[in-house]
Amino acid sequence: MSSDELFESLGKSFGEKIQHQSEFRDETTYTISVNNLREIAKFCRDELSFDYLLDITSIDNFGEEPRFEIVYHLYSMSQGVHLRLKLKVSEDVGAVDTVSDIWPTANWHEREIYDMMGIKFNGHPDLRRILMWDGYPFFPLRKDFPLEGLPSEMPDVAFTKVTPMEGGPFVTVPSTATSKDREPRARPPEL
Amino acid sequence: MIFTRFDAALNWVRKNSLWPMPMGLACCAIELMATAASRFDIARFGAEVMRFSPRQCDVMIVAGTVTYKMALAVKRIYEQMPEPKWVIAMGACASTGGMYRSYAVLQGIDQLLPVDVYISGCPPRPEALLAGLMKLQEKISTERSFRDQKPELAEKLEDALA
Repeated sequence: MSSDELFESLGKSFGEKIQHQSEFRDETTYTISVNNLREIAKFCRDELSFDYLLDITSIDNFGEEPRFEIVYHLYSMSQGVHLRLKLKVSEDVGAVDTVSDIWPTANWHEREIYDMMGIKFNGHPDLRRILMWDGYPFFPLRKDFPLEGLPSEMPDVAFTKVTPMEGGPFVTVPSTATSKDREPRARPPEL
Repeated sequence: MIFTRFDAALNWVRKNSLWPMPMGLACCAIELMATAASRFDIARFGAEVMRFSPRQCDVMIVAGTVTYKMALAVKRIYEQMPEPKWVIAMGACASTGGMYRSYAVLQGIDQLLPVDVYISGCPPRPEALLAGLMKLQEKISTERSFRDQKPELAEKLEDALA
């Protein structure tokens, strides 16, 4: 099946459950609801041959409601077609069903999302932190967590300190100027 | 006079057989391996014996980014090394945290261990690591182990021989 046929049959089976569909430079994105995730995921894997979960990532829209967004990138090995599924999670719910029994690679991706954003996954076989250590009290990639970190202490396990920023994050100014102008020594973070 | 000779001999022996404990954590470890390979031979300096057991090593070369998660393990390995021991902080990340000014990276291994030589670079070229090793050798040659640790014995022998 070509990509159009794949997406047509997805639209036909789940018509009203798909909240939004968009396309950008040949990339198709479907926005779905949290409740329909597992049945749509199973349909994508079994009927539409999206057997490869490329990535799961999460977005923190701090200040918006619902706060978090989870993005699934699917790929069909046999057809060579990409698909993106997005769903929004609010902070009060804070949990999504796992897809790690559908695509086993989701196991570590979901652990990373839990570690960095704090979104729990219902039914995950081993939901614990993967990059930071068990017992680390914060979720580092949330927008309200500062870049330089917060102090924490777990005796015999690890400790964290606040990093000296010495003039702020040194970011480049996008332009075609020489590197001396593109990379000023210190750039205030609000610019 | 004889004890300066004794110290000189002791320092010569120690500096020319520095067995490294390669704490290769990240990309600097690749340059450490390159230094140990045939082109930039670290064996010329007696340091080809990179035993991964800290009990048999003299100098710990911290090569790579030290995350907070790994930091206490590095400290534990350092504490298992017998005296005399030295530390080389290889690369920007081990010296000061490097380009990673963030919540997860220890800003320099010198927050936990006493560092003798800092080598800058990202990663430092093997020649830079060898230059750092030679600097450490110079530092070792100025040590006064016998005179500092056994002053009474040194005095007694001085009197006996004088």
